[in-house]
Amino acid sequence: MMRLPAFAYRAPTTPAEVARVLASDPAAMVVAGGTDLYPNMKRRHQQPKTVVALRRVQALRGIQWHADGSLTLGAGETLRAVERDPGVEARLPALAHAVRTISTPLLRNMGTIGGNVCLDTRCNYYNQTWEWRRAINFCMKCDGDTCWVAPSSPRCWAVNSSDSVPVLVALGATARLVGPQGERTLPVAALFRNDGIAYLTKARDELLVSLTIPAQGSARSTYRKVRRRGAFDFPVASAAVRVRMDGERVAAADIVLNAVTSAPVVATEAQQALLGQRLDEATIAAAAEKAARLAKPLDNTDHLAAWRKKVVQVEVRRALESLRA
Amino acid sequence: MAEPTQPAQPAPARKPRRIVGTSYRKVDGMMKVTGQTRFADDLVLPRMLTAKILRSDVAYARIVSIDTSAAEALPGVKAVLTGKALPIPFGILPVSQDEHALCPDVVRFVGDPVAAVAAVDEETAFEAIQRIKVTYEKLTPVFDPEEAIKNAVPPLHAYGDDGNVHKRVSMQFGDVDGALAKSDLVLEDTYFFEGNTHLPMEQHATLAWQEPDGRLTVWSSTQTPHYLHRSLAKVLQMPPSRIRVVACPNGGGFGGKSDPFNHELVVAQLSRMTNRPVKVTLTREEVFYCHRGRHPVLMKARMGLTKDGRITGLHFQSLLDGGAYGSYGVASTYYTGALQTVTYQVPTYRFDGVRTFTNKPPCGPKRGHGTPQPRFALEVHLDKAAQRLGIDPADLRLRMLQPAHSVTANWLRVGSMGLGPCIEKVVGGSRWRERRGKLGRDAQGRRRGLGLACASYICGAGLPIYWNAMPHSGVTLKLDRGGGVAAFCGSTDIGQGSDTVLAACVAEVLGISLGHVRVVVSDTDLTPVDLGSYSSRVTMMSGNAAIQAAERARELLAKAVSARLGVPESRLAFAEDRVFDVEDATRGVTFPEAVVLAESRFGTIATVGSYTPPPTPGAYRGAGVGPSPAYSYSAAVVEVAVDEDTGRVDATKVWIAHDIGESINEMLVLGQVEGSVYMGLGEALMEEMAYRGNRFGVHKIPSLLEYKSPTTHEMPEVVTYIVKDPDPNGPFGAKEVGQGPLLPIMPAVANAVFDAVGVRVDEVPITPDKVLKALEARDRRYGPTSYPDLRITETMRVLTPAEGGDGKGPDARRERKPGAKEGSPR
Amino acid sequence: MAEPTIPPAPPEPPPGRAKVHMTLDVNGERQEVAFAPHKTLLEVLREDMALTGTKHGCELGECGTCTVMVDGQPVLSCLVLGLECEGARIETVEGLASASGPHPLQVAFADLGAAQCGSCTPGFLMAAKALLDQDPAPSRDTLKEELGGNLCRCTGYLKIYEAIEWAAGTLRGEHPASPLQPGATAPHVHGEGCRHG
Repeated sequence: MMRLPAFAYRAPTTPAEVARVLASDPAAMVVAGGTDLYPNMKRRHQQPKTVVALRRVQALRGIQWHADGSLTLGAGETLRAVERDPGVEARLPALAHAVRTISTPLLRNMGTIGGNVCLDTRCNYYNQTWEWRRAINFCMKCDGDTCWVAPSSPRCWAVNSSDSVPVLVALGATARLVGPQGERTLPVAALFRNDGIAYLTKARDELLVSLTIPAQGSARSTYRKVRRRGAFDFPVASAAVRVRMDGERVAAADIVLNAVTSAPVVATEAQQALLGQRLDEATIAAAAEKAARLAKPLDNTDHLAAWRKKVVQVEVRRALESLRA
Repeated sequence: MAEPTQPAQPAPARKPRRIVGTSYRKVDGMMKVTGQTRFADDLVLPRMLTAKILRSDVAYARIVSIDTSAAEALPGVKAVLTGKALPIPFGILPVSQDEHALCPDVVRFVGDPVAAVAAVDEETAFEAIQRIKVTYEKLTPVFDPEEAIKNAVPPLHAYGDDGNVHKRVSMQFGDVDGALAKSDLVLEDTYFFEGNTHLPMEQHATLAWQEPDGRLTVWSSTQTPHYLHRSLAKVLQMPPSRIRVVACPNGGGFGGKSDPFNHELVVAQLSRMTNRPVKVTLTREEVFYCHRGRHPVLMKARMGLTKDGRITGLHFQSLLDGGAYGSYGVASTYYTGALQTVTYQVPTYRFDGVRTFTNKPPCGPKRGHGTPQPRFALEVHLDKAAQRLGIDPADLRLRMLQPAHSVTANWLRVGSMGLGPCIEKVVGGSRWRERRGKLGRDAQGRRRGLGLACASYICGAGLPIYWNAMPHSGVTLKLDRGGGVAAFCGSTDIGQGSDTVLAACVAEVLGISLGHVRVVVSDTDLTPVDLGSYSSRVTMMSGNAAIQAAERARELLAKAVSARLGVPESRLAFAEDRVFDVEDATRGVTFPEAVVLAESRFGTIATVGSYTPPPTPGAYRGAGVGPSPAYSYSAAVVEVAVDEDTGRVDATKVWIAHDIGESINEMLVLGQVEGSVYMGLGEALMEEMAYRGNRFGVHKIPSLLEYKSPTTHEMPEVVTYIVKDPDPNGPFGAKEVGQGPLLPIMPAVANAVFDAVGVRVDEVPITPDKVLKALEARDRRYGPTSYPDLRITETMRVLTPAEGGDGKGPDARRERKPGAKEGSPR
Repeated sequence: MAEPTIPPAPPEPPPGRAKVHMTLDVNGERQEVAFAPHKTLLEVLREDMALTGTKHGCELGECGTCTVMVDGQPVLSCLVLGLECEGARIETVEGLASASGPHPLQVAFADLGAAQCGSCTPGFLMAAKALLDQDPAPSRDTLKEELGGNLCRCTGYLKIYEAIEWAAGTLRGEHPASPLQPGATAPHVHGEGCRHG
């Protein structure tokens, strides 16, 4: 039986209290649904001495629609609650869909939207037991020096494998953080750094409290996820795309890739290429090609890296095609 | 009671069957659905300790030293064990005794067991094994067969045919080259079947307890308690009479719990060291290290055909990647060559097989043992032949069927043979003739296609694993005065329903309802030997043994009832919990009354039955692998949808027909067929054992998340047809169903991909990247392009039946008879 | 949107490995139990409460075998701290049957061959129970989606779907619990072109 290591357990009730505990205890980590941290702890690649449970923090709860059509999601809401919210389904179908593709219904009953946003980066040299990792002399992300995915690399290439993140970025969402110095709000896109270890810009004593998604107006969006199976699997490549049309021409476009490097990738050039254009075959193909150039998949997830790179283009193309109607 | 065993005949037609052939709840069904089935890990004994095993973190090395002092010093640690304490090797086959409870001097793969600890709880044991310091002197590991052959310095084992070649086989039946020279078409191609694993949901667990009087009891999730019993006696140097092995119900096996395992020996020894019960439950990662799954096999087929679609000859070659130990590997090697001949007429046949050792977890018998790989190659090869000859693939197969009640070129005796009707069923059900090649695209724009393939499988091996002349299965019946019947048998229920089959055979013969039969199984102290739940042997062998025991009991009861009623025994019927006069059903007694009458007359009523397979016609070296009392047959049509942009293949519907002979429980037969389709689709499309050769040979993905077992989302609709061509050797005519229906699935998927997009992927799993590569390739194919020269210098020639042979090989006199399943001992 | 309920404070765990002492409500029975604070609900059920009906296949949330219901939701007991279950309503396979007999799901699973080896069965039963509590007549697509988190290596899932559908009919009062009893029209137990999936 895979078991958790011993730890001290705290269950504060306010974000400020959480931040204080994190600030005072460098070996503390927060846990919400436990679906990311606990497996990592059982494999001994995350080993907080103190686990700070968020389940009693009221301020992390709530799915709140505002008068302007924007939505605030408490970071502690379960993925199930998000996907089942009738408003999310009706007004943000891409988000509802993305959340539904996360792992399994059982896991989504436990995992939270905040947890999925902050999901530890993944790598099949890293998400292994201590004994397994010892056999490869460990890796840069934990207990070792080398990134085995790219041994000469100075950085870790673990993969951002969140399904909600690319959609939240594409939809222009913001994140509210509470830390010992108070709170701040930043675009979700700015939460991430392309580094498998320091993948979040959030300080370790800052707590993600909520996510706000602006009203989408006439924009349409979609999410496409590539994986082996229809459940359980993390994405090996994904694309979130939002398009707002002005008549027959593209007025605004957002193309965000994920699971192809350590952070979500905003395909700026591809977005530019769409502006003012009709969504015809050639335009879509050109944008998809530009977007795919930014994908840098390496051999550390399921599926071959070269294949993942190829299908990014296919998925961006299909995403744009689906938004054409 | 020792009498020569006769194959049971189907019951006389005048007695309608009440249980056999129908569907009913399994005898252990309610236990399973209430969570009350006690799997090995559910067992707890007072004072029980928990064991953990330290495993090698290097692929190949000499153990220089092991320092266990820090582990021993940890409070709560009760015993620490290393390999030196158990120096005697073991292994499932007598010729491959190459494993140790813990490696004494050399480790051969990442995961090989090195030391073990028994402690008061699992956390302490886990902490203790991390304190054990092992110093290794690294050796150069080899990770693929060709590399293993070239670079055997030093070879993994000191035995085998040469270097890292564990087994080299070459045999020829008839003049293959001559036949090919006269053929209208000679088709040659290479194929690869990647390794995959069983992945039972239950992780292996074993509890051992040396009782105060020195007797040892071992409860384990094993499919083969009898072989575990033998291995324990050998390694622990204990008399078998002092060891009791109880196989718990297995939470899935599929062949993965068929070997005696190091952890079973380890906890037994730890219990002897501590005089306390000791349990070990493997983690999922450790289950991957136990493995014994499908061998990766590179194959080459060279087949001659006439233009009207008959095979003239076949030369089949296979190169098996065996992993670090022998396991069943010698038998696996023969099995990659043995059963090609029982489906279609192959008048001349040559088989060359080589198994190598590599520094990876050992391969062994997974559902279909050694047969899925060559079946994949052969069925895809036939699809290509059909295309070249311009014959419908279904028609091609129907033209070349091996006749029922015949002997093949390699001396296998085929009994009932329902493959023809199986093909007709799936061809009809899928509307093959109207739809193949014409399916076009689906709503998502994917190209659809249909593929067909067939297969056959043994119903138990004709010869035992270790040479002996004893029965393969035995059943004891004890009849209680209250009418209850206890059936004792060494068979092990791994989910396939063997407990139910045992009860059903007894109840059917005695005319009582299933509720009156209590089964007591897989306990070496209480039950007669059954060799185990492998090679699809249990229904055939324990079923026949149960029928014999029940018929003997029926005879005793009939005598007693006849005397009481004054009705001749021949007029007595056993049905509906009564024994009565068939000519006047009102004259009769209840079943409990019949038992009382019999016990009054004969004393305590207990009978035995046993089963030994019929002799096999082949007697050449290697003839021990392939013979079976009967062969099941399957045919499948798979419909796929192929995404040409991504290469992704989805199976969207399956039609499958299986010749079961007769079904003992129809619902269980359907369950085995559907489960086989499921597992076959996993093998065809996504499952593979992957290793990082560049990172010391670690298993790339030893987890349920990354080893891709299909979920509900991947499982398509299945239409099942049960074909019943009763076999004279089967109990009530029954044949196997646990393994055969898996075999046609992988080639049917490959053939369907060809029908959909016109490319050949001559390799499983058929992953999207391979399909894309095939679509981009000039020859529209993805697969191996060459087969190495394996230095086959000597080929044994055996005359075929058609040539007037006698089944003996040139070296027949050197051969032990009967036996040598695993070839000659070295 | 209902006001979110905040769980009660768990007992303050003692330092180190000392056990916490608390009361758990399992299958309607409140039992006092003491266990190390880092133990998962799976471990507490199996090892400290002798409820071994809940099985496990990976302990990492990758198979669904250990599924139990907590406050009506099916969850992975291998990833829930026992400590956090104070005040929660826990349902396991042992609680499915009552004194009056087995749950219709259990009857249907047994009678329709939905349990082969039985290792994944308790998890499937609890996931199915939770589903039928919410949706008395789930479509086949819903079943595939909602059971997507439970792996089975034996059945290919098809007989599991049929058993759940039959049990759903029983719970709706449409037919008897046993599909095999006289008068019931059992789905697909005979092998002539029977359709599954």
